[in-house]
Amino acid sequence: MAELKVNLCGIEMDNPIIPASGCFGYGYEFAELYDINCLGTFSFKGTTKDPRFGNPTPRIAECTAGMINAVGLQNPGVEKVISEELPKLGQCFHKPVMANVSGFSVEDYAYTCEKLDKEEQVGWLEVNISCPNVHGGGMSFGTSPEAAAEVVRAVKAVTTKPVIIKLSPNVTDIVAIAKACEEAGADGISLINTLLGMRIDLNKKAPVIANKMGGFSGSAIFPVAVRMVYQVAHAVKIPVVGMGGVSSAEDVIEMMMAGATAVEVGAANLVNPFASRDIVRDLPRVMEKYKIEKLTDIIGIA
Amino acid sequence: MKQGLFTIVENTRLTDSVWQMRLVGDTSAITAPGQFVNILLEGKFLRRPISVCNCEGDELTLVYKVVGGGTEQMSRMERGQELDILTGLGNGYDLTVSGEAPLLLGGGVGVPPLYMLAKKLIQEGKKVSVVLGFNTADEIFYEEEFKALGCDVTVTTVDGTKGTRGFVTGAMENIEYTHFYTCGPEPMLKAVWRASTTSGQLSFEERMGCGFGACMGCSCKTLTGYKRICKEGPVMRKEEILWQN
Repeated sequence: MAELKVNLCGIEMDNPIIPASGCFGYGYEFAELYDINCLGTFSFKGTTKDPRFGNPTPRIAECTAGMINAVGLQNPGVEKVISEELPKLGQCFHKPVMANVSGFSVEDYAYTCEKLDKEEQVGWLEVNISCPNVHGGGMSFGTSPEAAAEVVRAVKAVTTKPVIIKLSPNVTDIVAIAKACEEAGADGISLINTLLGMRIDLNKKAPVIANKMGGFSGSAIFPVAVRMVYQVAHAVKIPVVGMGGVSSAEDVIEMMMAGATAVEVGAANLVNPFASRDIVRDLPRVMEKYKIEKLTDIIGIA
Repeated sequence: MKQGLFTIVENTRLTDSVWQMRLVGDTSAITAPGQFVNILLEGKFLRRPISVCNCEGDELTLVYKVVGGGTEQMSRMERGQELDILTGLGNGYDLTVSGEAPLLLGGGVGVPPLYMLAKKLIQEGKKVSVVLGFNTADEIFYEEEFKALGCDVTVTTVDGTKGTRGFVTGAMENIEYTHFYTCGPEPMLKAVWRASTTSGQLSFEERMGCGFGACMGCSCKTLTGYKRICKEGPVMRKEEILWQN
């Protein structure tokens, strides 16, 4: 009998599968399609202090084996997430959820995290210091070890739940940033956010995306993600959540062998709305194929 | 929304760049004209959203324009091939507010979703007027199909090579109607919106990620709040539209 359970920062999960933020809304679109309680958990749409419309359209461009998005953190703001989205989610999801938070200042991050930390449904806080699609914030905190550590300290000071810091791959030394977060008190690291990318429309002779550049995701980035998860997992003692181009149970096993305790599934959900459910379903068969009895046995084995 | 495998039963060329594909599969999620489907194509990461032209029993008809690699790939497909399709996407047109004499205005590849709408309105005993706008005579398709339904059809061409010369809004002036339904390029939608004298519904397009409301890739601002073209749209009511340009 395949054992899929993992423990992420002190919370036991039935399996390591986590639909990634921005690819799963606040859950209920998918709950119409299948029972999302089969998932380990999911990371809800990046939430900010104030409501945001996000960037102008077009926000989406297709790539070989992937896509670029420049949504720009569209969300109803933390007050509405708590008063409207979480109650709706509570109807269809009965496990601790991962609250994904973004901000434009250290104070923003602390404010939003403090609010969400008090919500019973929230199991973990995933702090996104890596959004490539907003100016004057997001990724700018994730590209310097000092700025990243400052966000971690501010959030940890006002919260009680595990704080997972989501890192950007758009840096020269991701290990230095991961270590800075660990030293500042982070309970976990998740990576990778999207790679900064761009497409140009040959007919229009102009960028496809209104914001010009955006975050590149999808199976094309999987090898980059595996490499970075491997590097970070070997450098820190706190758990690592691996993501980036994961679209199959085999990819999940590979991410875990690279050092991930849990694995997020992003763009794959947008192409196949059943992708995360299918991965959970396929895991025991793939584990058997590779003679894996317990998923926890393979974390960082490679 | 449902995900299902559809089998192609016919894929034929209607004009130089417009094709008609008929498929068979589970169409039960398609509940209103004006909805769309999202098609997975081999080698393409994102699905291709295509409006539903007609749906009857287990048969789905799509009329699509070859505009890039994905639709070009579709045009080469043959009878018997299977496609993974998400069906029942988007809100579709609301028939309950049509009044007795609805007017349907389609521009180019915006014409197809109006076919199923016209069919349903005729079935309800409405007097349906249709204006089909194209650039030139060679691009015209579905004129006979709308006539066969029993619609009063006017064709316009920008260059005057067939029908009334000019845009659909020119023909619109001479028709009495109780409500309008339109689909086409955005400048046309805006012109129809301006020229219209009744309530109406307009179908919009945007580059989409998922097509079912998860990614927020196709959001737009309206007078009634932020909406996702793929989920709360693609059909918007005349009075809620906030033009961006």
